Amino acid sequence: MQLLQQLINGIAQGCIYGLIALGFVLIYKATETVSFVQGELMMLGAFLGLILMTVVGFPYWLAVPSTLLAMVAFGVLIERIAVRPILGEPAFSIVMLTLGIGYVARGAIMMIPGLGTDFQALPVPYRDQTVEIGGLMIGAERLVAVAVTVILCLLLFLMFRFTRIGIAMQAASQSQLAAYYMGIPVRQLNGLVWGMAAGVAAVAGLLLAPIVLIDSNMGFIGLKAFPAAVVGGMTSLPGAVLGGVIIGVIESLAGYTMPEGFKDVAAYVVVLIMLMVRPNGLFGGQFRKKV
Amino acid sequence: MRFIFKLSYDQDIRLAKHSGHVFWYGLLLMSLLLAPWVLPAYWSTLITLTMIYGIVGLGLMLLSGFTGLFSIGHAAFMGVGAYMQAVLTSMGWPFPIALLCSMAVSALVGAVVGLPALRVRGIYLAIATLAFAFIVQEVLVRWESITGGNRGLAVGMIDLFGWKTSSPTVFYYVCLILTILATLGVLNLLRSATGRAFVAIRDSEISAQSMGVNLARYKTLSFAVSAALAGLGGALSAHMLRFISPDQFGIVQSIDLLLIVIIGGLGSVHGAFFGAIFLIATPQAISLAKDFLPSALGQTVGLQSLVYGLILIAFVLFEPMGIYGRWVKIRTWFELAPLYRKGLFKRQKSFQKTERLK
Amino acid sequence: MSTGNLLSVQNLSVRFGGLAAVSNVSFDVRRGEVFTLIGPNGAGKTTVLNLISRIYQPTSGDIHFDGHCLTAMKPDAVAGLGIARTFQNIELFEQATVLQNLLIGRHTRSHGNFWQHLLFTPSVWEDERAAREKVEEIIDFLDLQHYRDTVIAGLPYGVRKVVELGRALCVEPKLLLLDEPSSGLNTEETNDMAFWIDDIRDDLGIPILMVEHDMALVSRVSDRVLAMNHGEVVALGSPAEVKAHPDVIEAYLGKSQDVSTLRRRRP
Repeated sequence: MQLLQQLINGIAQGCIYGLIALGFVLIYKATETVSFVQGELMMLGAFLGLILMTVVGFPYWLAVPSTLLAMVAFGVLIERIAVRPILGEPAFSIVMLTLGIGYVARGAIMMIPGLGTDFQALPVPYRDQTVEIGGLMIGAERLVAVAVTVILCLLLFLMFRFTRIGIAMQAASQSQLAAYYMGIPVRQLNGLVWGMAAGVAAVAGLLLAPIVLIDSNMGFIGLKAFPAAVVGGMTSLPGAVLGGVIIGVIESLAGYTMPEGFKDVAAYVVVLIMLMVRPNGLFGGQFRKKV
Repeated sequence: MRFIFKLSYDQDIRLAKHSGHVFWYGLLLMSLLLAPWVLPAYWSTLITLTMIYGIVGLGLMLLSGFTGLFSIGHAAFMGVGAYMQAVLTSMGWPFPIALLCSMAVSALVGAVVGLPALRVRGIYLAIATLAFAFIVQEVLVRWESITGGNRGLAVGMIDLFGWKTSSPTVFYYVCLILTILATLGVLNLLRSATGRAFVAIRDSEISAQSMGVNLARYKTLSFAVSAALAGLGGALSAHMLRFISPDQFGIVQSIDLLLIVIIGGLGSVHGAFFGAIFLIATPQAISLAKDFLPSALGQTVGLQSLVYGLILIAFVLFEPMGIYGRWVKIRTWFELAPLYRKGLFKRQKSFQKTERLK
Repeated sequence: MSTGNLLSVQNLSVRFGGLAAVSNVSFDVRRGEVFTLIGPNGAGKTTVLNLISRIYQPTSGDIHFDGHCLTAMKPDAVAGLGIARTFQNIELFEQATVLQNLLIGRHTRSHGNFWQHLLFTPSVWEDERAAREKVEEIIDFLDLQHYRDTVIAGLPYGVRKVVELGRALCVEPKLLLLDEPSSGLNTEETNDMAFWIDDIRDDLGIPILMVEHDMALVSRVSDRVLAMNHGEVVALGSPAEVKAHPDVIEAYLGKSQDVSTLRRRRP
């Protein structure tokens, strides 16, 4: 029973990892740039929600959409101001750029007096409620995390499969230049991708906030998104979420069955093994240069 | 403007390409030699720290700037070197021998971490090094009987075969000598076949391979040398700080090391030292500036992080070649004045080219 | 293996998934000849080259070079044996100068281990001088003096093609593999390329195995030609023989009755 409990906790935690990885994979797949800022975007999302609810006084149901909207706008802004000018530069320049944005975001939050340096709780309506399923007591915040993740994935799938914009994004991810020649506004699409990634990260932040406390360093959880993305294959959206869940479950089980310390590195051990055995992940494609 | 007439092959092979080099680097060496006698003690401490980070930066530069393999976990190698040095010196080993051993062990660990590099590259490799760094840090925390866990470890003074000294001036000269040796070593590698093989791997693996470069060998070598230099820097910083703990060698430190190579200028030996100067000088500048800022702003903890981030963004956006690139531009301006054109270093804007295949 | 054969390829096959890219190809390259692979697009010519330089792993078959079996070797070991190559789409080191690119070509001919390089011992110094001397010879040979210190990224396509040829020559190869040496070159540059190929064979004595589309160039420089289609050998012989071979004509133009079929299908 205890094991099952751990499993469910792991899945819920894994959904958060998966969502952060999802944003990361969205950007990587579409623009081939690696974003190290996803964790900080999540942190910003959580803080924005917190500020809207506690300082501005919005009710939860108003705070959530406004947070999402603001974060999507912020993502588009990042792309427009910072990423677009260095399109075509070596990938690592962009990695450093996103690290820089992360530094700024963390620094800016820390500078908010009275808020940035403390641990804060997000006052969600379902806080501290539990649901009993077959004798298991499950925190409502975990159930919400899983449910929202599933719904979000479904929406994204429908978008990529059936909408014009989704198909255009897929085309651009194959070859930006070719897509541009076909009349697809690649730059605007990249902006939209960043917006979506920021939005997804904000969702992750709002879902994680009730489970842990909010603080300015919570963005470091975003580093766990990389193992998730690698396990999922870096370029596969369902792979990212599934990878996140796998990492979450392994971590939770490692914490339950193994000595202290293994929980924190389980994700990284898994990713190292994965890179040695199957570098393209579970769902990634094989690329090979033609000469 | 200086015109160099090439009369012999030696001119291309020599490190100092012309008399100007000899003069300026001689001057730099002289001022570094005199510094502890002229400057206040605090300044020589800062220079010592800069040299230590310069050595580590040099290692990362060799790996990332010249071999094209990015490591987001380089602080772990510093950690290995630092702990090795702390443990060996506490067992009474003389400083130079302990130092060599620390470097050797770091190199060995580096070679092991380089193993994923034989299969994966780019972001995958970066993630592998990141994962490795977390694991090393956790080992340092949990292996309490050796490392003292989170409580940390005190490090003794340096012991040159029985002559123990805690004098910062002696330590300054030790660091100076090691910095010079490390720099010369790296420069020698870069002008030999080994260095050219590194650069070949950076630019096109498939082509390097068909020119006879053994990818596995040279990638592992690059990791090993880079880790050895990081281990050297770590060991020196352990003696400098007199105290080490696992959190000194975490992800934040690793990113600081990346700042050195990116802000210094990727792919230049100068860049490693420019970057180290930046890394050491910025916190000093910020703490100086705090006195002039309104107290509400000056007291907050986030200021340093904010400033670092902004500087990093500015460099990537406006000066991708780092401080070294800016330095080259200024130098060229002086050499060509009044003929310098703004577009001289301009690069073409383009769409993202795939780096999935290299 | 007879004494005249430098490279001998026997029953070479490779499959990518379900596609037989090369099937059962056998041929020999003799010392001192220019041997050309021709065939329509997708015939598997470049794949054969990639198999010889070990970028691809053959499914079956043998490749012997100068008494060594290549099938169990790594690409860098193949280069060490003295097989140098160029690429269809130019694979130069973009951020390096022409001189540095050519020096990398000397990699297999350089001596000294890591520690000697680290200390830059007198023997390494001597080695560097020798490497530069050889590189200057190649620069002279290919008329690249003008571009010696130019970074590749700033060079026109035609010059890059020559630099890549030069880099392969710096290996001092026993066999040179050229993948479409004239692609992307204008008439004048193609003419120069033909002269160089002649000179490489006659003056430097290096045999060449090349893939080429330009039939004028092929006829002019080749000693023997192998025509391929759909991964299989169609014809082998002198340029004139192969050009006149009915199967080769069919491979390029299709069967005569096919034309009428095609016409009928068109709307």
